[in-house]
Amino acid sequence: MASYRTPLGRARGLGAAKHGVGSWIAERVTAVALVPLVLWAVFSGLRLAATDYYGAVAWLTSSMVNPVLMGLFIIVGFMHMHAGLRVVIEDYITKTLSRSALLLLNLFVCALVGALAVFSILKVALGGAY
Amino acid sequence: MTDAPRERPLSPHTTIWRWHLTMATSILHRASGCALYGGGLILAIWAITLAAGPEAYGTFKAVMGSFPGKIVMFALTLATFYHLAKGIQHLIWDAGHGYNLKTATMGAIATIAFAIAATLAVWIIAAMTGAL
Repeated sequence: MASYRTPLGRARGLGAAKHGVGSWIAERVTAVALVPLVLWAVFSGLRLAATDYYGAVAWLTSSMVNPVLMGLFIIVGFMHMHAGLRVVIEDYITKTLSRSALLLLNLFVCALVGALAVFSILKVALGGAY
Repeated sequence: MTDAPRERPLSPHTTIWRWHLTMATSILHRASGCALYGGGLILAIWAITLAAGPEAYGTFKAVMGSFPGKIVMFALTLATFYHLAKGIQHLIWDAGHGYNLKTATMGAIATIAFAIAATLAVWIIAAMTGAL
């Protein structure tokens, strides 16, 4: 059957998406921020592993440095997790439905779990923990 | 002309390439990144159990301090340092430098060496400071 679409109509939308550079840069910016944050986190993890619940609460409440850096580490880390897994999904999953579902799941898991973690840090740091 | 969707070009499949160090370390970078996604979730569980109180936090510490928990933490330490070092090489590549074959291979070797050395250093310090 002859197509009623013009050659221009068929060609439209088949080129590059003309967006995506923002996500690419965001992945790199979060990567740069994570270099010092992850070194601090490993150092902190060593201290936290050597202490118990009360030591961990004291670590979060003794000054504003630890809760702020931990909050930043979680936020930037989860942004980077989202950006990284997004690229993996986009590279390997071609079926539109599974691709969209996984991309949404990745975003929702990162946003929800990241929000829970940041709220938990704030709760302990602001004295909600007993 | 047909309206059937044309086959879109895909990335070259891995089977047409000869294995070499920079390729293996690039694949490992992605694999370690996926492992660290799990590590991020464990970090969130740490924060959530800490906010939940001493009992939940005690359970978390007991699970992570068990033998399988320690194996997971050791693997995550290795993945962290590997992803950190390889990520820096990728950032240098993104800036348009370090594509010289010798430099790229040296970077890959340095990445592996740093990951192993830093992981062992952290676990030796952990053993000495009573963190295990």
